[in-house]
Amino acid sequence: MLKIQGLYKSYPTPQGPLPVLQGIDLELAGGSSLALMGESGSGKSTLLHLVAGLDQADAGSIEVAGKRLDQLTESQLAAWRRGSIGLIFQQFNLISSLRVEDNLAFQARLAGRHDPQWQAELTQRLGLTQLLDRYPEQLSGGQQQRVALGRALAARPALLLADEPTGSLDESSSDEVLELLLQLLATSATSLLMVTHSPRVAARLQRRVQLRSGRLVDQDNS
Amino acid sequence: MAVLYWTLSALCSHWRRHPVQFFSLLTGLWLATSLWTGVQALNSQARDSYARASQLIAGDAHSRIGARSGGRFSQQVFVDLRLAGWPVSPLLQGSLRLRGQAEQRLQVLGIEPLTLPRGTRLAGQALADLDLVAFLDQPGRTWIAADTLKALDLAEGEQPLTVGGQALPPLYLHPQLAPGVLLVDIGVAQRLLDAPLQLSGLLLSRDFAAGMPRLPSALDGQLRISRAGDEADLARLTESFHLNLTALGLLAFVVGLFIVNAAIGLALEQRRPLLRTLRACGVSARCLLAALALELCGLALLGGVLGVISGYGLASLLLPDVAASLRGLYGAEVAGQLNLSPQWWLSGLAISLLGALLAGAGSLLRAAHLPLLALAQPEAWHQAQALWLRRQAWLAGALLVLALLALVFGASLAMGFVLLACLLLAAALLLPVCVSGLLAWWLPYCRAPLAQWFVADSRQQLPRLALALMALLLALAANIGVGSMTEGFRQTFIGWLDQRLAAELYLRPESPQQGRAIEAWLAERAEVSALLPSWRVELPVQGWPVELTGILDHPTYRQHWPLLEAAPGAWERLAGGAGLMLSEQLARRLQLGLGEELSLVTPQGDWRLTVVAIYADYGNPKGHLLVNAAALQRYWPGLRPGSYSLRLPPAAVPALKQALQARFALDERKLVDQSELKAWSGRVFDRTFVATSALNSLTLGVAGVALFISLLTLSQSRLGQLAPLWALGVGRRQLVLLSLGQTLLLALITLLLAIPLGLLLAWCLVAVINVQAFGWRLPLHVFPWQLLQSAALALLATLLAAAWPLWTLYRVSPAELLRTFANEN
Amino acid sequence: MKTNPLRLFALLLMAGLGACDAQPPSPQGFAGLGSRSAEFASVTRDRSFSFPLDHGAHPDYRIEWWYLTANLEDQQGRSWGVQWTLFRNALRPAADQPGWNNPNLWMGHAAITGPYGHRHAETFARGGIGQAGVSPMPFKAWIDDWHLSGQLPGQANLTELQVSASGSGFRYRLQLSSDKPLVLQGDKGFSQKSGQGQASYYYSQPFLQAQGTLELDGNSYVVKGQAWLDREWSSQPLAADQQGWDWFSLHLSSGEKLMLFQLRHADGRHYRAGTWISATGDSEVLSEQDMRIRPLQLSRVAGRKLPTRWALSIPSKQLELTVEALQEQAWMPTRFPYWEGPIRFRGSHQGLGYLEMTGY
Repeated sequence: MLKIQGLYKSYPTPQGPLPVLQGIDLELAGGSSLALMGESGSGKSTLLHLVAGLDQADAGSIEVAGKRLDQLTESQLAAWRRGSIGLIFQQFNLISSLRVEDNLAFQARLAGRHDPQWQAELTQRLGLTQLLDRYPEQLSGGQQQRVALGRALAARPALLLADEPTGSLDESSSDEVLELLLQLLATSATSLLMVTHSPRVAARLQRRVQLRSGRLVDQDNS
Repeated sequence: MAVLYWTLSALCSHWRRHPVQFFSLLTGLWLATSLWTGVQALNSQARDSYARASQLIAGDAHSRIGARSGGRFSQQVFVDLRLAGWPVSPLLQGSLRLRGQAEQRLQVLGIEPLTLPRGTRLAGQALADLDLVAFLDQPGRTWIAADTLKALDLAEGEQPLTVGGQALPPLYLHPQLAPGVLLVDIGVAQRLLDAPLQLSGLLLSRDFAAGMPRLPSALDGQLRISRAGDEADLARLTESFHLNLTALGLLAFVVGLFIVNAAIGLALEQRRPLLRTLRACGVSARCLLAALALELCGLALLGGVLGVISGYGLASLLLPDVAASLRGLYGAEVAGQLNLSPQWWLSGLAISLLGALLAGAGSLLRAAHLPLLALAQPEAWHQAQALWLRRQAWLAGALLVLALLALVFGASLAMGFVLLACLLLAAALLLPVCVSGLLAWWLPYCRAPLAQWFVADSRQQLPRLALALMALLLALAANIGVGSMTEGFRQTFIGWLDQRLAAELYLRPESPQQGRAIEAWLAERAEVSALLPSWRVELPVQGWPVELTGILDHPTYRQHWPLLEAAPGAWERLAGGAGLMLSEQLARRLQLGLGEELSLVTPQGDWRLTVVAIYADYGNPKGHLLVNAAALQRYWPGLRPGSYSLRLPPAAVPALKQALQARFALDERKLVDQSELKAWSGRVFDRTFVATSALNSLTLGVAGVALFISLLTLSQSRLGQLAPLWALGVGRRQLVLLSLGQTLLLALITLLLAIPLGLLLAWCLVAVINVQAFGWRLPLHVFPWQLLQSAALALLATLLAAAWPLWTLYRVSPAELLRTFANEN
Repeated sequence: MKTNPLRLFALLLMAGLGACDAQPPSPQGFAGLGSRSAEFASVTRDRSFSFPLDHGAHPDYRIEWWYLTANLEDQQGRSWGVQWTLFRNALRPAADQPGWNNPNLWMGHAAITGPYGHRHAETFARGGIGQAGVSPMPFKAWIDDWHLSGQLPGQANLTELQVSASGSGFRYRLQLSSDKPLVLQGDKGFSQKSGQGQASYYYSQPFLQAQGTLELDGNSYVVKGQAWLDREWSSQPLAADQQGWDWFSLHLSSGEKLMLFQLRHADGRHYRAGTWISATGDSEVLSEQDMRIRPLQLSRVAGRKLPTRWALSIPSKQLELTVEALQEQAWMPTRFPYWEGPIRFRGSHQGLGYLEMTGY
């Protein structure tokens, strides 16, 4: 499903290039889940962005569902992202000017895969049925993240990338969102790559890896 | 397609949630387009009228024969010339009024269609297409334009009576005819104008005139041939008037674009997260750019349509004043009914589109290059701002150099406008530099923490407010500059009129015979202390239409004719016959100074004269020359006085006027007293600047809107900056006052800079633009009261603009302030 | 020779005053005008002419013209033709009083046809102001600086005349003299134009000898030859189905003169008439049965087809001619265009003449 080989990435700074990723190798099977952990600034988000095709690696390859990302053009990458990737951010990043219902359907519509039945089921399972006419700013954080989750899954992506999805939620909302996420994933072929620094959250996933000094350390085997 | 559609709908949903922003953007586009197209409508309407007037009788351009004295001449001249083989066609022009419509003066043009040079187009229509039998036969036809017919409230086929009781031939519509003109057969014209056997001009075919024929010697003293092209004078004379209007329209347009720029910038700022989300959801950069461009075009079209419609409204509102001032200044008749071509409507939309793209280009580019991953670099603002200010300063410096070059080396109106444009732009660019510098200089003096924050934060806000402040600066400076120029011109003009119009009564006889009779009659009147005839000849001097006036040597002139520059003993030298005085604008045009010589072409050969003085002749589009009457008559033998100035006690004026009217049936255009003349001139003057000042105020209004939108922008992003203060214990009311104080501070600095800029602009207008456009230079007057008024107006506009954003800031709930913290990290 | 009067009326109206369409005007067009012609004097038989007074204008009649054509030869023996015409048309029957109210409109045509082609000029004038007119004693017809005039105080037979005119690039001045009297055409000057009664007053001076100079594009040519002056006036319009006419004036080398015309009817039954003038000036009326007129060859002129070669025969006079235009392109592109130019003929007789063709 996801196959990363020899990935390198550094950022330029006034003091010279700052290496963030120094040879990452990672594989993730279809339908499985992985927690990516590490200290602040260890490069978790960078790795996630690279996998999402939001940023480009200096060296190495990323292959998602048989596609080499480094071989795609800008617009191919965008199209691929529309159809194959679901993204969830810590800050929810909902479209504040659209109602919940439109936010939920947004990415599926972009991808041309809007399925009202699936959307209705998602809405119902996410407990958003009563909130469809609201605007994001009228929702609590947990509710917003549920909408973001719905949006990400509406197009049935192959890979769901979550960047600290519970980072700005309190404990109970956090559990609730996580529970929903795992439930939804259990009945689908979507794989999950989640960046988190919460061991409690990570413990719920199938695998855990730690990013340390730019390299991955398999948490479960160490 | 689906991607574009959903992207576009997501982008547009923003406007639904932010209607004020939407309307601001629309307002900017609407105002910019409206003012620009309004001015264009006025110009094109006027130009269309000139074209119709000059095409009234025209092939491409015919030469014309007229009396040297400018008056009428005998019809026998026409017959004699025809019999001598000259292919001339007679014309009789004059004006009349209809019974019951005494306020409307109509121009009568009598033609003889059979002899009109071949290829002559009558008011744009070929002769062959017209029903000439009906025109020539009894009762004939009066051709009239639809707008004139409508203005007179008459219908086709009617035969209205003139005030003299003469019936016009049945009115008949002629679509292309110039406004205010009645086209009739020459015989009818002679009857209507009571000018039997008289003509006012002869048309000469271009082919024949191209051979440079010489008039038979018997006629040469009386007549002159004006070459093709003289009829286009109207367009040339009024060119500067229209250029001024255009410049003003352009200024308004630019200020409107500032609004658009501000509003688009704001929208982009607010939609930054949205754009990122869209990209993250798989919308390519190209698609996003296309959607943004499409959105902008849609808005531009909407604003453009509104703008063009209201531009039409604005133009029809201002048209009567513009038409009146053109009539008063240049004698140009402009139709009072707007009549615009589809091209005008389309070009209005095009300019709106172009303007929107111009104003939005920067924002679009930024959106396109928006990094997918937000890298917050809050500390970088300082560096970025410094770089931005340096760039502005360099650009402004370059523009100032350009302005200086235009001032030193430019000798045309266009260069004058280049100077103005460079100056204004440079000033606008320098504004943030100056404000930033001032605040930076002030900062160390602030000890109290809140004051320190106040100044430092004002400085940080500068880039976002800069455009609005620039708009305010430009509008205010234009307001001050144009206001000072207008008011200064008014004072100069009125003072000059008071001096120049020294005689109590002015009289123009209908004919030389009547002139003689009036002279004899006046000689018997004891109350007339002086009768000052003047002899008038119209002639081209180096291609420019010039009026040559011969006057007697009389103390009235010495005491009352204001001279700008004079050689010693100027009046004596004028009386001697070898001296010449000329108007300021003519002196500039011919580049003549005191002591230099001018040679005039006369029927008796060349006449060399020395310039002994230069005088102001405000408002006269033609050149003017003053010479001694006796000398003039030596070169134009047989010339009769064209007008008379009468000196008499003011109390005796009404009685004498009545007696003259009764005795000689002179209408009120032929017999005018001093007070009427002054009042009339004043009226013309005032109407001339109605359009100017209206546009000027509108521009200031537009700048106010720009400021409003910018403050709105600011108020939304300012929560984050104000929240820490609030958290630190500054009350909301205090926060609002601080914000207001900041806005006012920035506006006040702008205002202080606008005053010298406005005065500089006024100087450019009176010393550069006026000289190039009209040929006269005015003294620069400063009117403190007017400055105060403008400043107060600008402050009011600022306050109004700040009110709504501050109100929302005041109403903001603590929860929202709190939330900004949550969003901070 | 010359023009059907009624037709010329249409020509004038359309030339000066309306559409310049070469097509014959529709009968309806004439219907309205016909009613007004009742107010003009009408042409009747047995009018007694009074000369020189009748050389002047007849304002009671709607239309009138003075028409001179000349066949000339320069010193190199090349042939030239000259035309000088003054038309008068009255908008309404009214006195010929001075002022712009005068109902008369005047039109002048002048042309030179020669080895270098054909040139023409056209000018217009209003009556009542002196720009154009005709006075009988001394005879003077003028428009602008064009003249056809005599020096003698009164000339019954128009035997001593000068003619001059000019146009763009050309100018001519000729002295004309004759030792023979005027010839009254038709029935003592009453010239019938159709079977339905249309007619005009018509007389000619066909025996003029001409000499003078032509100027063309800066070159001068001294010429001499023969000229023919026509006078005609009328009030009535054309017959409805008359489409145009062909008019011949011939100077036979034997000294005789011949005038022939045909008014072409739509049904092909053309109305024909003519006059045989002996070398001494005696005239003999020729009617339809006396003559045959047949076009031989069409030429393309100004975008139309016109016959420029004709066969004429008058069996009673043993006359059998082939007539040919000197210049096929003698087109008059005036406001109402027509063909007018010099001709040469051979056969039983030879000589020169003029041909006018309208309505093509």
